[in-house]
Amino acid sequence: MELERFIFLTVDGLARGAVYAAFALSLVLIWRAARIVNFSQGAIAMAATYIAFVVTSMTGNYWLGLVAALLGGAAIGLIVERGVMRFVSPVNPLNSVIAALGVLLVIQAVVGMLFGNGYYPMAVPFSQEPLPWLAGLSISAYDLFVFVCVAFVVLGLAVLFGKTNVGLRMRAAAFSPELARLLGVRSTRMITLGWMLASAISGLAALLVIPTELGLNPHATDLVFVYAFTIAVVGGLDSAPGAVIGGLVVGVLLSWVSGYLGATLSPVAVLVLLLAVLLIKPGGIFSVTKERTA
Amino acid sequence: MTGIMSSRTTVIIGVVGLIAVIGLTFVLEPFRNYQLATIAAYLCAVAGLTMLTGVNGQLSLGHAALMACGAYCYAFTANGLAEQEIEGPVLLIVPIIAAVVGATVLGLVIGLAAARLHGPYLAGVTLAFVIALPAVTSRFSDVFGGDQGLWITVERRPEFLAGRGGTEMFQAWVAIACAAVVVVLLRNLMRSNFGRQMRAVRDNEVAAALAGINVARTKVIAFTVSSAAAGIGGAVMAFMTQSASPGAFNLFISLFLLMAAVIGGIGTLYGALWGSILLVVLPDVIGSITRGLSLSPEVAQRLDGNLAVGLFGAVMVLVVIVAPFGIQGLVRKAGHQIRSRGSLQSAPHPK
Repeated sequence: MELERFIFLTVDGLARGAVYAAFALSLVLIWRAARIVNFSQGAIAMAATYIAFVVTSMTGNYWLGLVAALLGGAAIGLIVERGVMRFVSPVNPLNSVIAALGVLLVIQAVVGMLFGNGYYPMAVPFSQEPLPWLAGLSISAYDLFVFVCVAFVVLGLAVLFGKTNVGLRMRAAAFSPELARLLGVRSTRMITLGWMLASAISGLAALLVIPTELGLNPHATDLVFVYAFTIAVVGGLDSAPGAVIGGLVVGVLLSWVSGYLGATLSPVAVLVLLLAVLLIKPGGIFSVTKERTA
Repeated sequence: MTGIMSSRTTVIIGVVGLIAVIGLTFVLEPFRNYQLATIAAYLCAVAGLTMLTGVNGQLSLGHAALMACGAYCYAFTANGLAEQEIEGPVLLIVPIIAAVVGATVLGLVIGLAAARLHGPYLAGVTLAFVIALPAVTSRFSDVFGGDQGLWITVERRPEFLAGRGGTEMFQAWVAIACAAVVVVLLRNLMRSNFGRQMRAVRDNEVAAALAGINVARTKVIAFTVSSAAAGIGGAVMAFMTQSASPGAFNLFISLFLLMAAVIGGIGTLYGALWGSILLVVLPDVIGSITRGLSLSPEVAQRLDGNLAVGLFGAVMVLVVIVAPFGIQGLVRKAGHQIRSRGSLQSAPHPK
């Protein structure tokens, strides 16, 4: 009984952690592209999920909704970057944080005005009951679907940045925008692309995690964003593998805390973890640079 | 704040303004007096935040939680005193002092951690802090009263006011007095040697350290003082609403405080005043406009609150991009133009 519960909590934590990892990856992407911690990422993902919800309700097809979340997320990322963040002066790093928080408020307010502040239950394409042929592991078909989606994102990003020309340009633009520009890379366009990619991924992550929680609501991603931020910091904001491993570890830790100590304590555990990492190893566990300046 | 107005002018403006506002409480209807008290309560916290973020460069999203700390300390002390059947000024002043002490201690603890963090990292930690608050209050619900929070026995208005004004008038007086104390103390602090040290740390930590400033100490003190101001704001809120609950101090309140500081003009106490007024007045104005449009109840319910939040967010983004000095910056600019039109031989103005 004890062991079963432990396995259940661990597997559940891994599934959630995978989603948080995807979300954290989107923060890492924008950090690498623009040196901005995007505090509006949660709201962008939430809005993308609303788009998916509308499309799925109208067509009755989950997969069209999933595509809509990706495209909608990318579109919102494009609007936010080209419409707002591009014009924020980088002289003071606080400016971009404040502007992103303004964007967060605008998105939450617009969604609230369009859909109200109530909760919408969301359907999932696969059962959330444990699969019989994996007895003892208590993995549901939906968990597997989540793992596949996140693995697809991680591999896709690895191929994009490791093997393709666009990925190389994006890395160059992030590493040294001016030098890259002199070498013919359109740096600003690469930054926009980073925002679109990140926003699409966070939209997917929100679409995967929201149905397993209370339901769709303008504040559905507030807590998820805090988790993702913690994971990104634990992994080192610069490190994509750090975000993935950090996501899985934090997901399992949170699942244990809420399973054994009480469900309400997860946010407190996250706060403690975040403080511990920032105070003891401020570069993040997987970071290569010694010190980070924001 | 420095340079343009002499110290004496500021004092005169402050005293005249204070007398005018107190006089205003005699003519306003009770609901308006309550709004006035809300503005004063926000002003305490916004003034603290504008000093921390604008003058010292530390961005905190946790000030709602610090206000909550003040409110709960007020609640514990006031209820404890009421159980001992203590009344009178003691029931008002001691809980406020307790709120300041509580928020100061908590602020010191966070500030010690915050001194090692920069920009977005501090914002993220304080964000996690404010998000974790409801978890703490529901985990220890026998102490904090869970999601409902605590009811507070507060000092009622003194007898001599009975014929002259309502409870709201007394609330406004208490709130204005607290805000006045906070603003005067912060103004002096920001103009002191320590104020210059805070600015130096904000602009360049390495340079500040080379100039002999203890960077970590400056940041910790700034955070602690700012927390104390937020604690007073929370205590005033608790006094006004006669309750302390986690829902009253959520992430939105933190964002509203930041918004007020930024829109008003970050780093200036006048800006904190404009921002606090806006926080209370704008939702009210928007509410009366939407009520005048005779919308369907469902649409009205959706617009209620959301419209004001959206507008605040949009204005905050605009301020960051277009007018980084906020309302106070525009006021000063207008003042310059009027003055330079008056004198023929106007010298070029700084900024």
